[in-house]
Amino acid sequence: MSVIDTTRPPSEPARQKWDTRPKLLIDGDHDLCPGCGEPIALRCMLEVIDEMGLSQSAIGAVGIGCYTALTSLLDTDMVQCLHGRAPSVATGIKRMRPQSLVYTMQGDGDMVNEGLQEIIHSAARGESITCLLLNNGVFGETGGHMTATTVIGQRTKNTLEGRDAAYHGHPISMTDLLTPLGGVGYVARSTVTTARDIQRTRRYFRKAFETQVAGKGLSFVEVLTMCPTGWFLPVQEGPSYLNETMSPVFRIGEFKVDGQIFTPGA
Amino acid sequence: MSREFVEGAEALARAAIDAGCRFFAGYPMTPFTEVLDHMAEKLPAAGGVCINAESELEAVGMAWGALATGARAATGSVGQGLSLMQESFSEITRAELPLVVFNMARGQSDYFQSTRGGGHGDYYHIILCPIDIHEAIDHVHLAFDLADHWRNPVQIYGDYLLGHTWESVDLSPRPSAPLPPKHWALDGSLNGTGRARNINSLGMTKGAKGIDPESFWNRLQGKFRRIQSAEARIETEFTEDALYIAAAFGTAAKFVRHVVREMRREGYRIGYVRPITLWPFPADAFKQAARGVREVGVFELNGGQMIEDVRLSLLGDAPAVSIGGISSDTSGFGVGSLLNTARIREILERNYARVAARRAA
Repeated sequence: MSVIDTTRPPSEPARQKWDTRPKLLIDGDHDLCPGCGEPIALRCMLEVIDEMGLSQSAIGAVGIGCYTALTSLLDTDMVQCLHGRAPSVATGIKRMRPQSLVYTMQGDGDMVNEGLQEIIHSAARGESITCLLLNNGVFGETGGHMTATTVIGQRTKNTLEGRDAAYHGHPISMTDLLTPLGGVGYVARSTVTTARDIQRTRRYFRKAFETQVAGKGLSFVEVLTMCPTGWFLPVQEGPSYLNETMSPVFRIGEFKVDGQIFTPGA
Repeated sequence: MSREFVEGAEALARAAIDAGCRFFAGYPMTPFTEVLDHMAEKLPAAGGVCINAESELEAVGMAWGALATGARAATGSVGQGLSLMQESFSEITRAELPLVVFNMARGQSDYFQSTRGGGHGDYYHIILCPIDIHEAIDHVHLAFDLADHWRNPVQIYGDYLLGHTWESVDLSPRPSAPLPPKHWALDGSLNGTGRARNINSLGMTKGAKGIDPESFWNRLQGKFRRIQSAEARIETEFTEDALYIAAAFGTAAKFVRHVVREMRREGYRIGYVRPITLWPFPADAFKQAARGVREVGVFELNGGQMIEDVRLSLLGDAPAVSIGGISSDTSGFGVGSLLNTARIREILERNYARVAARRAA
């Protein structure tokens, strides 16, 4: 057992909250709910951009969802896009500024419902951008409605008895859609329910941005995020609900690295 | 000055590139297709990018991103394709980005779509409506300059005739004014300073929670009023002593102007008015031109759209009567039997005679 020596001043000064604040995040309040996973995912991405020394070249294209409320704290140049349209906007940014690190941030309602064709076309064109999908399986901002990634059996405001495949159809896995496309360099899915998963998410972001910098095609990182409000759960049950209901459907891991297709866990 | 014989679509594309347009995205649709063809062929050679977008929704989104970097960028389509783009047009306008739109309309039935904003919310685009290719080249240069000056989208309202006819025009490079500094353009240089830029249509301010739509939207209304008082443009002929005025817009006005000039030579007291900007509509100048006339005939190839703006301009000074109408061949591209100087002459003579007889009575 180590004993802290109290007879001398500490070898390191005490750490304050802002000492660990990512450089690209403004210190302030946001409007997201307790237990939400989106701020963790955003923080991971911003930390990785800074660690890679790319802070001064990042430009974002942000969609419409709960995470839009985070943009007032996001300290990278950005365009506020319409619901579904971020990959096209990012295309225009990157084509005019190839030297910039261009990322998109969209939720599942934004990317998989409203703008499915935009992400697929951008991927097939091999746009050199990094696309982040924050997937919580519901429209959190509207109060918990079904999206195209709501899993079978999941209760939402418009699937009160749970999503029924025969009536409401099946969820879409973006990694399944994007992995086979020729223009795509990197595809991975992570989550932010545990410290280990957060480290994995940071690792995936780094590889995604490396893919962009190397010009190896579109890079895609999906992060499963907790939405206890939209799932109608107590805050502390968010992570376990995610691990039990979403993770079995949306597998965690890397699906494509440097253009090579993998099967996670195989 | 050197003249060359060029098709309208090529002239538009070359003028845009000469005006500094470096990004273009579009989706083929007649009669816009040829503008896209020429951009795809010529823009890369000028150091620009032309993307054959997978849909109109994506084309306008790409232009949006390119504009955000400070580049001169454009898109376009026909009325149908512009319908698909309206959601983005509306947001781009509120984000105050200088988009230029090539509307190669299928005739004149998209007047309302162009002049009434078209999408959701309180906004306007500046609409330049050339009569011929010669004027269209001027308008393309003007469009990029006005868009940058006002930080507001500008549309060129062309059509099948403008895109598909040939004219002898001067396309020699024009000296370009230096682009206005774009302090708002995204380059990442302010990242991490607490002042990174956010190009948004919501009125968001960095570091502040939430949005303040009321003051933001009111500020934009102030800009629209300033554009209205500064940018209205009109062409008039023989209005000083006219009994009767024929009003028309776009390529159809070329036919009307020809007939009015012909009738003038023969002694008819007939005048001609053409709004060059459909928005802002040159209401004051129109009212001035129509002072003392007995009637204004509005020749437009639709069910009666511009006539509403004519009436709002005249404010009861003279009656405005629709003398055009829906006219199309079987292609639906808006070139119908009414686009014929002999028929227009017959229409103007008949209406003139009625007004003159009323005056004599």
